[in-house]
Amino acid sequence: MDRRLFLQSLARAGALGAGSVGLGAWLRGRSERPVEAGAVAVKRRQFIADNPGLPLLATARGESPRALVRAAVESLGGISRFVQRGEVVVVKPNIGWDRSPDLAATTNPDVVAEVVRLCREAGASQVIVTDVSCNDARASFDRSGIAAAATAAGASVVLPEPHRFRMVNLRGEILTEWPVLDAFTTADKVINVAIAKHHSLTGVTLGMKNWYGVIGGQRNRLHQRIHESLVDLTAFVTPALTIIDGYRVLRRNGPTGGSLGDVEERKTLVASPDPVAADAYAARLFFDLAPPQLPFLRLGEARGLGHIEVDASRLAERTV
Amino acid sequence: MRQSVLRRFRLASQLVFFALFVLLLVRTEFNTSARSAGDALQLPHPVSLFIEVDPLVALGSALATGSLYRRLAWCLVILVPTFALGRFVCGWICPLGTLNHFFGSWTSEKKRGARLLASNRYQRWQTVKYYLLAVTLVLAVFGSVTLLLLDPISLLVRSLAIVVLPGIHALSASVTATLYNSSIPGARLTADVFQFAAAHTLLGFRQPHFQQVAVIGLVFGALLALNLRVTRFWCRAICPLGALLGVASRWSVLRLQKNDAACDNCNRCLLHCQGGDDPVPGAPWRKAECHLCFNCAGDCPQHALRFAFAGPPAKAVDGPELQRRKLIGSLALGAGLLPVVRGAGLLATNPDPRLVRPPGSLAEPKFLERCIRCGECMKVCPTNALHPSFTEAGLEGLWSPVLVARIGYCEPGCTLCGQVCPTGAIWEISVEEKTGKKPGNAEPVDPVKIGTAFYDRGRCLPWAMGTECLVCEEWCPVSPKAIYLVPGDVVDAKGGTRRVRQPYIDLKRCTGCGACEYACPVHDRPAVYVTSIGETRSKANQILLERGQRPKRASRARSAL
Repeated sequence: MDRRLFLQSLARAGALGAGSVGLGAWLRGRSERPVEAGAVAVKRRQFIADNPGLPLLATARGESPRALVRAAVESLGGISRFVQRGEVVVVKPNIGWDRSPDLAATTNPDVVAEVVRLCREAGASQVIVTDVSCNDARASFDRSGIAAAATAAGASVVLPEPHRFRMVNLRGEILTEWPVLDAFTTADKVINVAIAKHHSLTGVTLGMKNWYGVIGGQRNRLHQRIHESLVDLTAFVTPALTIIDGYRVLRRNGPTGGSLGDVEERKTLVASPDPVAADAYAARLFFDLAPPQLPFLRLGEARGLGHIEVDASRLAERTV
Repeated sequence: MRQSVLRRFRLASQLVFFALFVLLLVRTEFNTSARSAGDALQLPHPVSLFIEVDPLVALGSALATGSLYRRLAWCLVILVPTFALGRFVCGWICPLGTLNHFFGSWTSEKKRGARLLASNRYQRWQTVKYYLLAVTLVLAVFGSVTLLLLDPISLLVRSLAIVVLPGIHALSASVTATLYNSSIPGARLTADVFQFAAAHTLLGFRQPHFQQVAVIGLVFGALLALNLRVTRFWCRAICPLGALLGVASRWSVLRLQKNDAACDNCNRCLLHCQGGDDPVPGAPWRKAECHLCFNCAGDCPQHALRFAFAGPPAKAVDGPELQRRKLIGSLALGAGLLPVVRGAGLLATNPDPRLVRPPGSLAEPKFLERCIRCGECMKVCPTNALHPSFTEAGLEGLWSPVLVARIGYCEPGCTLCGQVCPTGAIWEISVEEKTGKKPGNAEPVDPVKIGTAFYDRGRCLPWAMGTECLVCEEWCPVSPKAIYLVPGDVVDAKGGTRRVRQPYIDLKRCTGCGACEYACPVHDRPAVYVTSIGETRSKANQILLERGQRPKRASRARSAL
């Protein structure tokens, strides 16, 4: 081996050694006990301020689901009160189950589509219709008729695919770090289009229970402190408007139903910017439940999310 | 026609059929276009087509059941031409053959020069597949089509559906997630486009996860890797369908004509031979081994080889050269295997409680006469509920479908598994039969039960911890619900009494769908779980005494099919 080759080899070996030592030291310095990635803090405050000159709660009764939506929103001052030009709006129906619309386990597709149309008319730049379903989402979106109706009305229907969730700190009393469907973290306004259903644990599934559908993860744990959880979720979402679809009401075997015998046609819609008032009124109207029987309403009122009792003068009832 | 042109046709045919195979497999899923008449899900394509035209599946099924289910008679479309033409299926159609063909075209140390030529000569071990076929068919006669899990179409559907497609899905999902969460401008839009494209072409909506993925994947990988040793080792040595088609081509009239005088011993005919059937002059042509790929005839510079329907009788071996002793041994093995595998009736005396079969499944012995473990049902199940079994159904039931409710539950409005099952192991039932709800039925009809749910009160929150929960009741899809609630007193840690509503199962209403088990928040070992007891398909596996005294189950669907 000549000197030149010897020196070359030595230089290579030396460089390799130095590189290894450097890499090793660098990696050693990086070693930390793993911690879960931190949750994002999302600030949302999108409640619509009360206008004493307008009704706080509106109901509409009639044959056409589309007319009901128009009438109820009109009573509350029109859609322009809730949606401004250029805003991104998320319309959140209940698409929890793989059931056809007549079984009343999911929001009436015509009601959803009409809300979408109203938002488009108000100049919303994008209307997103989404939900985190319990059953297979694609099947539920499809069978509920909501995917087709909302798409036809001009909405972007977004399926809750795994990559769309972000870990968010909900800053609730019970709920802190949960994966949230990102449309709810970025939207300018969120409109709740819930359906009125029986539910064994909470008594009823109305608007506040519908916020179950903004989070993913192991949300079946929520049932253990369901009332506090619902309040936490509502406080996080701060919906601009709550619409309770009572066109068909699921009276028994909720929230899944499955039999036409469980369904009662009430052909009524309840709408309010106040999520507590909407639920309280609908509970009484559709299920003869006194709101104090429903702890999530009491807790919601105590948390300042709204009012259980609505003065008769602030009530607008219409038949169309 | 120049025989080298036929080679191009053959390649085109392989590509077309492989593409069709993958297309049908990918379409074997719940799809929004699957909703046709009213509410019922109906797949728009005959997605099990390749299995349904498979003569081995039909023969095995016919031997075991004495009948041909639904479209299995379509196998004649393949079988009858084989009588006249030979194993054209192996060279022109079979998608697993095409995959092996592709991987066999890779060179390796073991397949170079003289070793390549030697590896493509006929080998005695190529007869193994015929003995395997004999064992398979004898087993079928005795009522078990377990070995049809070696059918190439069954094997490929299973391997792609259980291993390959979910793997691609996981890869694609991580690409989507990385793009979606990246801060690069336009990445999010790219992610949406990519996700849309992936979801609408190759992948289903949700990431499937399967039991047994490692074992099935290793088997599949190994048989593809064997091509690096011997081209199409699977097709030459193991494939029972290839063996059946080899036997069926005994009197076929398309033959290789060898012009020995023109041959200058260049051995080019051996370079790309697929079947190992000795096209080389000087040796007899093995008709039962030839895949009719036309490579030898196309490669011959002297045009000394050509396939023709007529011509002078050539030196050839028409059928497989089997040894009588081995054949008899195989037959005896097949006959003797079944009692051993069935563990002398162990499954009947000690059934696995977790053996929950999909709705419409026949009683276990009838089921095992038909199930070929193709995995079509597992691929199509929209909730990922069906999985290849490992020990649940015993060795004989290896990789047959079992419902794992912790991973997915049985959706009441879905009968897709029965629609895709090519052999009727899962009989095709209607949603009305499944749910027991038929408009115009005066008498109430029992729904199809696949099992029954039970509570583990030591783990259930209301029972053990005095905590409200009731997720199971919320999810229970039957109406009226099969879970009822009774207030009960529970002593808490401080010695105080708490009153909570505690869930009970109504055994008569429970269909065993597993939604409760799926939804139970006790994540690792659920506090409510489904076992097979009470399943409609079994007369023996029952608890309640009332069965049989209640209104008769509708039998129309069975006879109509």
